[in-house]
Amino acid sequence: MLNVGKIEEGFVLDHIPAGRAMYIYKHLGLDRLDCGVAIIKNARSGKMGKKDILKVECPIDTLDLDVLAFIDHNITVNVIKDGEIVEKRKLQLPKEITNVLHCHNPRCITSTERELPHIFYLADEKREIYRCKYCDVKYEENDGEVF
Amino acid sequence: MRHLLTPQDFSVSETEELFRLADDIEVHPEKYSHMCDGKKMATLFYEPSTRTRLSHETAMLNLGGKIIGFPSGNVSSATKGETVADTIRVISCFADIAVIRHPKEGAALVAAHYSSIPVINAGDGGHQHPTQTLLDMQTIRRLKGRLTNMTIGLCGDLKFGRTVHSLVESMSRYDNVRFIFISPPELRMPDYVTDLLRDRGISYDEVTRLEDAIPKLDILYMTRVQRERFFNEEDYVRLKDFYVLDEKKLASAKKDCYILHPLPRVNEIAPEIDDDPRAAYFLQVHYGVLVREAVILTLMGLVDLKSFA
Repeated sequence: MLNVGKIEEGFVLDHIPAGRAMYIYKHLGLDRLDCGVAIIKNARSGKMGKKDILKVECPIDTLDLDVLAFIDHNITVNVIKDGEIVEKRKLQLPKEITNVLHCHNPRCITSTERELPHIFYLADEKREIYRCKYCDVKYEENDGEVF
Repeated sequence: MRHLLTPQDFSVSETEELFRLADDIEVHPEKYSHMCDGKKMATLFYEPSTRTRLSHETAMLNLGGKIIGFPSGNVSSATKGETVADTIRVISCFADIAVIRHPKEGAALVAAHYSSIPVINAGDGGHQHPTQTLLDMQTIRRLKGRLTNMTIGLCGDLKFGRTVHSLVESMSRYDNVRFIFISPPELRMPDYVTDLLRDRGISYDEVTRLEDAIPKLDILYMTRVQRERFFNEEDYVRLKDFYVLDEKKLASAKKDCYILHPLPRVNEIAPEIDDDPRAAYFLQVHYGVLVREAVILTLMGLVDLKSFA
């Protein structure tokens, strides 16, 4: 088993499905942060078989939990202070996300008025469906969006 | 600040109160004819719609108010690139209430967000057209004496037809209302409407033949296939004459199955139907003005809906 040293202050994202760590790394904007990041791929997991883990050494406030919850709300967020886990945060699907997704409906007002924020709301929690706040068009994973 | 962006902006009980107010305006127009004295309504029509604009303007004139505005986008500052947000902020300084129609979906929501006066959505692309829905419902309510216990058939363009989405969403709030969706496969009801019906446990059928559905209906809502909703002229031409309601098809309908249509019709309802007592599409226009008067008075805070509880 590969050993990665403890972090003093920051967060550990655990139970990331194997192979998804880089995806989350990118979409949380960790590449733009000036802090230590350990990316652990294919770690052994009793529950999942294999999993990815991200260890990030920076204050928890820098993490956009809404983006993370939108990507995968089953990821465990461990908050670390003084080298110890002080909190395990449970993620919930955000009710609304702003400027994370972009509406691709050519009939939507956001297609012509570019300064408007792109806002999606959680329309159906059971089916995990998000819709554009302006035109109500459903976000589809295969519609060319980065997420 | 209260706006009307979707029909659901009024609860079921408020909707009934609004309809009672419209009933009262019809019986006692003189009680209301000076309520908007000194008030101005701005009609901001980025997309031409004579009927909807004139209906709103008539409603305001009946209440004693005045009108400013523009009848199409090519005569407004939109041609110079002005945003909806900026336009409504300017108009808020001129008028007391605004009515907006815009080809883009969500435009009225943007207007409401930046407005300091009440905004009525008079159609935002293929999305919502709440006053049309309210007048459709008022027509059904007046003809059937209820909004519960009925089967409503919706026929034609169910994909882009904003009035049908709004009507289904609104009528699904009433007890024991069932739906039959009649459309070609390409123009079927979008999933957000059918998901909503499933979640509310409301039964619906989807068929392609109008003849199969007609005998079961209490209301038949016909729609026009709209050229402006298609990017491809070929698709429009192929689908525009898919359904035509004529005397032969109507023969199997119930004696009290009323025919509604948001108008303008092209050829989806044969003119021979116009004299049938079940043809209610011109009656809708009549109720439209009354319902819009009720909406204007309510949004401007000039009448308290609770007094019609």
